[in-house]
Amino acid sequence: MKRKTIYRSLFLFGTLALVSILFQLCKPKGPAEVTTGNAASQAYVAPGKYDEFYNFVSGGFNGQMNVYGLPSGRLFRIIPVFSEDPTSGYGFSEETKPMLNTSHGYVPWDDLHHPALSTTNGEHDGRWVFGNANNTPRVARIDLKTFRTAEIIELPNSGGNHSSPFITENTEYVVAGTRFSVPMGDKTDVPISTYKENFKGTISFISVGKEDGKMKIAFQIKTPGVNFDLARAGKGPSHGWFFFSCYNTEQAYTLLEVNSTQKDKDFIMAVNWKKAEEYLAAGKGEKAKAKYVHNWYDEKTHTATSEMLNEVMQLDPTVLKDMVYFIPCPKSPHGCDTDPSGEYIVGSGKLAALIPVFSFTKIQQAIASKEFEGDFGGIPVIKYEAALHGEVKKPGLGPLHTEFDANGNAYTSFFVSSEIVKWNVKSLEVLDRVPTYYSIGHLCVPGGPTRKPHGKYVIAYNKITKDRYLSTGPELTQSAQLYDISGDKMKLILDFPTTGEPHYAEAIPASLVMPNSVKIFKIEDNNHPYVAKGESKTNVERKGNQVHISMTAIRSHLTPDNIEGVKLGDEVYFHVTNLEQDWDVPHGFAIKGANNAELLIMPGETQTLKWKPLTTGVFPFYCTDFCSALHQEMQGYIRVSPANSNIPIKFSTGKTEAPAGATGSK
Amino acid sequence: MTSIKPTSRVIIVVASLILVAGFFVPLWQILMWAPQYPEGLEMDIWYNDITGDVKIISALNHYIGMKHIEVGMFPEFQYIVYIIWFLIGFGLLVAISGKRFMVWLNAGVLLITGAAALIDFYLWGYEYGHSLDPTAAIIVPGMSYQPPLIGTKVLLNFTAFSGPDLGGWFFVIAFCLVILVIILERFFFNWKKT
Repeated sequence: MKRKTIYRSLFLFGTLALVSILFQLCKPKGPAEVTTGNAASQAYVAPGKYDEFYNFVSGGFNGQMNVYGLPSGRLFRIIPVFSEDPTSGYGFSEETKPMLNTSHGYVPWDDLHHPALSTTNGEHDGRWVFGNANNTPRVARIDLKTFRTAEIIELPNSGGNHSSPFITENTEYVVAGTRFSVPMGDKTDVPISTYKENFKGTISFISVGKEDGKMKIAFQIKTPGVNFDLARAGKGPSHGWFFFSCYNTEQAYTLLEVNSTQKDKDFIMAVNWKKAEEYLAAGKGEKAKAKYVHNWYDEKTHTATSEMLNEVMQLDPTVLKDMVYFIPCPKSPHGCDTDPSGEYIVGSGKLAALIPVFSFTKIQQAIASKEFEGDFGGIPVIKYEAALHGEVKKPGLGPLHTEFDANGNAYTSFFVSSEIVKWNVKSLEVLDRVPTYYSIGHLCVPGGPTRKPHGKYVIAYNKITKDRYLSTGPELTQSAQLYDISGDKMKLILDFPTTGEPHYAEAIPASLVMPNSVKIFKIEDNNHPYVAKGESKTNVERKGNQVHISMTAIRSHLTPDNIEGVKLGDEVYFHVTNLEQDWDVPHGFAIKGANNAELLIMPGETQTLKWKPLTTGVFPFYCTDFCSALHQEMQGYIRVSPANSNIPIKFSTGKTEAPAGATGSK
Repeated sequence: MTSIKPTSRVIIVVASLILVAGFFVPLWQILMWAPQYPEGLEMDIWYNDITGDVKIISALNHYIGMKHIEVGMFPEFQYIVYIIWFLIGFGLLVAISGKRFMVWLNAGVLLITGAAALIDFYLWGYEYGHSLDPTAAIIVPGMSYQPPLIGTKVLLNFTAFSGPDLGGWFFVIAFCLVILVIILERFFFNWKKT
């Protein structure tokens, strides 16, 4: 009895202890790490080998466009677009300063959210990539021959160019929808509380020159005051239409977090731009006064020009019927993506618990049979069910964006549940899901927004990095993941850091871009007003208090490298021409105390650094780009004398002379 | 009235004093993981306080309309300390009196207090998980967010775990010690008499 009881008691307490230990051990460990089989070999690009795709990744708050290779995730270049770049002198050289000019003057920074690669017949053609400036509304065109910003156009009547720069099938138009509605026209000084009455939105259609890519605001469509978020052009059967997601149909002007999320449905705005063209051709547009700049870079003069424009053509859809329609879309739609067939439009309500997929055919039928539930700001609202193909049920939390593969599948990013969900566009069935690290924003499938996606990979561009890489203090790089989507299951194969804050990105086969890449600028085509096409053409010229130095750079000297006759109060312009005609031999130029940056001059190019000396003395200048074995010898001096001195302009290279003023020994 | 053995008295004193340790460690813990919180978020409940990543949890939960967690939402904190002191005092009284039925009473009081605490916690969790702001940004139809009473539960993108922390285990140990005394008294110390 006693012994038995002892055992029983021991057993009882032992079990109790064991249970409590097990209980603690059973605590979930958090999400398991993803292990991958031959992932390394799939993302591996051997030394000297090329990546299969270029990945154009928006730089977000760095204002630039970042170029990566896929599948390696290697960063090749950061193209300066909306932010100045002291490395290349973009925004600092006299030639590039006009590129960052706006109606608000020189703006040194912006926030680039979305790249859009030019297309022909709905497929990437590798000519240009466009980018939007979210803060001071602009659209830029980058030439993929030079990987340089070729043109920037400002958008009047816009407050935050977020819904941009999405393009039509043949790059007829690049669009720009305003994120913030703003008061416009003559009446802009109004109380903020008069939002409903005075604030309007605009959607700008920027035409793109077929050959030269030149941008021009063809027309603006005035809309009720809402926030436009993202957009996609129709393609194939829906070519001629454009779809814009909009939120804040509550028309809130404060605490949008609460006040703009009250309605169950906001809208996708469908625009029949062919109809808009008809109205425009029929003279139904109204010219409105506006002030905006158009900047472009001439590759022959190596110089940008900034032009101020004063009017813009506007179309009013409340008067011009059959051009604009609203389609209800659940809870603050963010992404608005058309599938490769052009039939389906996917609206991603960032607060919705489902994904609605609209049918272009049904939208047309609904319009034809006037299945409207009313109007919003004088624009008909199509009945939700009438436009709906179907809903993806319980896909995840916080759907943001959708890309497509060539097999009828869609890939949607989910910010809140931090995952990519693969689903079938027709059947709306969820097929697979993978976690992202962490909180994905945009995603990219090579060719994903085109009529012929290349598939193969999906890349997650995440908003939160945390513990993915070696820590670098409170400020971290951004994290991206590359997944193989060639099989039924998505498979993580690479985790790579990205710079700035990537939003959208597009990927294009390297074969469409690389063969056209410019290696040098031909010196004989250089029409810069201060070019020196040879050392014998170098010059130093005084024009009042300006001193213009036409300088050349070639391995391994600058001509002239001894300059005298500059006086205090002068503005000195170093026009440096790189005489090299060989690939990858840039020269740099910097001078002590310059209040701007360096120049980085490509072969055959001329760039100008303005320098205003503040003291007298002799100042060194040198080549900043390690160009040759004797790079460290590539240097010179410039002498600055007092304002009232009468030292004549004098310049030379390789000339030694007896010290001036030396009088020999007494 | 049967008196208990000195060993039992000592055990009862230990059982009482162990509750004092609860003033220095949390009573209960709620842990949360999400894909973007691999390191997890932690909330610790003390006799009269809530600590841990409460602000982060509240900031996340407000999107789905949950209330901000703050000490003020637990009126219990006002008097839980007195209950604990009562339990300690009562335990000591049991040890001093040395009456067997007092030991039973001690076990009963501890059991009732523990059960009441769990019921109270459940009711708070129910209220916290169900009383949602109708103007919340994210409203998932039919979804409520009551944290688990004990164990693990998946709530949207979060996996939540709820269970005793050190202080809670001390409470369990205190109760077990009292039960041990009962067992000892019943089967061992007085077995000759029975």
